[in-house]
Amino acid sequence: MSELQLKDLYDGFRDPEVISGFAKLIEQEAKKLKKPINIMEVCGGHTHSIMKFGLPQLLPKNINFIHGPGCPVCIMPKERIDHAYALAEQEDVILLTLGDMIKVPGSRGSLQDARAKGADVRFLYSPLDALKIAEENPAKKIIFFAIGFETTTPMTTALIDIVLKRSIKNIFFHINHVTVPEVMVELIDSRDEHVDSYNNRIDAFLGPSHVSVITGSKIYEEFPRKYNRPVVVAGFEPVDVMEAILMIVKQFNEERCELEIEYKRLVTHDGNIKAQKLIEKYFEKASLFKWRGLGNVPKSGYRLKSEYSAIDAEKIYADILPKDEIEDHKLCICGDILRGMAKPQECTIFGTACKPSTPLGSCMVSSEGACAAYYKYGNLI
Amino acid sequence: MCLSIPSKVVSIDVERNVAKVDTMGVTREAGLELMEEGDVKVGDYVLLHIGFIMNKIDEDDALESLKVYNEILEKLDEEERRQMVINDDNCENRGQ
Amino acid sequence: MNKTVTLAMGNGGEENNELISKVFYKAFKNEILEKSEDAAVIHGGELAFSTDSFTVSPLFFPGADIGKLAICGTCNDLAMMGAKPKYLTCSVIIEEGFSVRELEKIVRSMKIELENNGAIIVSGDTKVVPRGSVDKIFINTTGIGEIKKKGISSNLISEDDVIIVSRDIGCHGATIFAARESIELSTKLESDCASLTHQVQALIEANVKITALRDATRGGVSAVLNEWATQSNICIEVDEESIPVSEEVYGICEILGFEAVNLANEGTFVLAIKKEDAQKALEVLHGFENSANAVEIATVSDQYPKKVILKSSYGTKRFLDAPTGELLPRIC
Repeated sequence: MSELQLKDLYDGFRDPEVISGFAKLIEQEAKKLKKPINIMEVCGGHTHSIMKFGLPQLLPKNINFIHGPGCPVCIMPKERIDHAYALAEQEDVILLTLGDMIKVPGSRGSLQDARAKGADVRFLYSPLDALKIAEENPAKKIIFFAIGFETTTPMTTALIDIVLKRSIKNIFFHINHVTVPEVMVELIDSRDEHVDSYNNRIDAFLGPSHVSVITGSKIYEEFPRKYNRPVVVAGFEPVDVMEAILMIVKQFNEERCELEIEYKRLVTHDGNIKAQKLIEKYFEKASLFKWRGLGNVPKSGYRLKSEYSAIDAEKIYADILPKDEIEDHKLCICGDILRGMAKPQECTIFGTACKPSTPLGSCMVSSEGACAAYYKYGNLI
Repeated sequence: MCLSIPSKVVSIDVERNVAKVDTMGVTREAGLELMEEGDVKVGDYVLLHIGFIMNKIDEDDALESLKVYNEILEKLDEEERRQMVINDDNCENRGQ
Repeated sequence: MNKTVTLAMGNGGEENNELISKVFYKAFKNEILEKSEDAAVIHGGELAFSTDSFTVSPLFFPGADIGKLAICGTCNDLAMMGAKPKYLTCSVIIEEGFSVRELEKIVRSMKIELENNGAIIVSGDTKVVPRGSVDKIFINTTGIGEIKKKGISSNLISEDDVIIVSRDIGCHGATIFAARESIELSTKLESDCASLTHQVQALIEANVKITALRDATRGGVSAVLNEWATQSNICIEVDEESIPVSEEVYGICEILGFEAVNLANEGTFVLAIKKEDAQKALEVLHGFENSANAVEIATVSDQYPKKVILKSSYGTKRFLDAPTGELLPRIC
């Protein structure tokens, strides 16, 4: 094959023939499985891909997906959305965040609702867009409500770096970045407690694509070693996912339990060291971070180090930030769905009281949540 | 909300630490803050995410993967053809 | 439904329809209105009557401007009922401080497009409001046309019909978004804004058995197919691979996470044609530059009534639901 074209990087990994080809290989290999396996895809982008391309329709009955919590928007607890709401309401504040975040409802409504009531809330394509807004509004306080997994965390720190180097005085940060391995451990631990039948276990993980580009695959080493669960780091495209599933099935049949990388073109063992160093420079782990639907997960969230308190909106505005704990909706079973113990259709309010336009729980809120993906794509399964 | 996409580097502005990348006919600027100096060159394929270049795409690995997929398809085709021949041989209605 | 009006309610999709039926249809109840066609059929089926307001931002974009849009929009709605546009009105609300030069440019575009449609402006209104009360200029056009083929209706589609789309989709939405975000383009992406009168008249003159027509504006092709599925109580099965999408639009969709079927169009229409005339319809459409790549994209069945299904080429299916949420505010 001659030189690589940009188009190949898209089409080559979405080729319908190759998808069908892998479906056949998986079917052949799955026949040899001693028992059915449950694969958890941690990342919302994977859930979205799996549902959008209808991959469960191509897999044999003994391979099941359990949809993980991998959507930083979905897991944002109401308490922290209320923080954003409170900040947005301040007269001289322009609240900035990324995409879907403005639709998530807190206890008083979503940031979108706050905007409809007059708050200055804007969504950005990139944290760097905050610089222009800050320049154009010198009298205003620009607060960046930072969200996302390890994929997005370094971009926030890059912005922090610029703000500090250029001595920009009107940009502040409210940090809500979360990390993946800790929640994977939490899910295994809390599920293994609840396991009543052999079929409920998370047997293997589909490792997130772009989190892994930043962190390297090294962060998953403990899963095969300590928890006896294989991990295959997969790309987002349907061919990537199918190839990774085949790799997982082969591991079971060959009685291996390893960490493998399917997404070789972008993921290495060590990851992006420069990005990791930026994160280490500005952030430290908070001892607890509450994940909507899951509760507190130890050491899973970042906060600004104390030497950067001057730009930490959570500290500066501590007086006006609400501190009450808020319960999730009584009928919401997102916690169980996130642990993979239930499927969206088993929720009594799925599709009725709880749907994408009126989400009640974390899984319906973002387009990558398990319930949202099922609502949009899943009825045919 | 992961919208990371493969793009091709079209030009680099060292002073502003920014690269211009092309993604399917859309040109955007992307920050180079997460890449080591001099690492990214014009013509490289990179992964773009929320305005930053996240990493370079390893062309050899990408080509290798695509090659493997082609081989899988060829092998499956072979098997299908062989199965068709066997089916044909065993066909009860074959002319007597 | 929300207690205050949200941006999503103007999206041309689910929330929009909810607002319309729960507030407007409830008050203005009548048979003609409830048909929910692109234009009202009045006067014993002889005339089509339609109105539209234009708030697009930016005012000038690759391929067209608010003026051309204001004429195409209303004329196309009339054309979708098989009518030839004849008389239009034009109401403008202008923000104090707006450039007269730009206003003249807009009006010139309107003039050209009127000539293209063979229609004239017979009445109008001009209001100027203080700075900040509107964003530069809002235009409303209302039109009356003579129906040349009766019985075209979105309520009568059946399994005897196939669904055709007149050209590659999503150009307008993609262009507006790119212009609005100042996304630099190295391609020739431009709005598909165009009048559809001639194509429709050609189909009528060729005696093509047209069941329904609808231009795919806000909410895109997805909104049209879902509206048809609901109004005619049918299942529309779409062959995903056959949907024409240009490279340029595909690129924008990839970058911004959109699906082309949800993006607005202003010169693209969807047709429900009796199976036996599908080929003839395509031939007529292919004779126009604007519909040179018209293609059949779907069939009708009773598998899942009121739903639209997308079938992939590798054997999977999924529902294509009407777009929800705030996709692109102020695109038309």
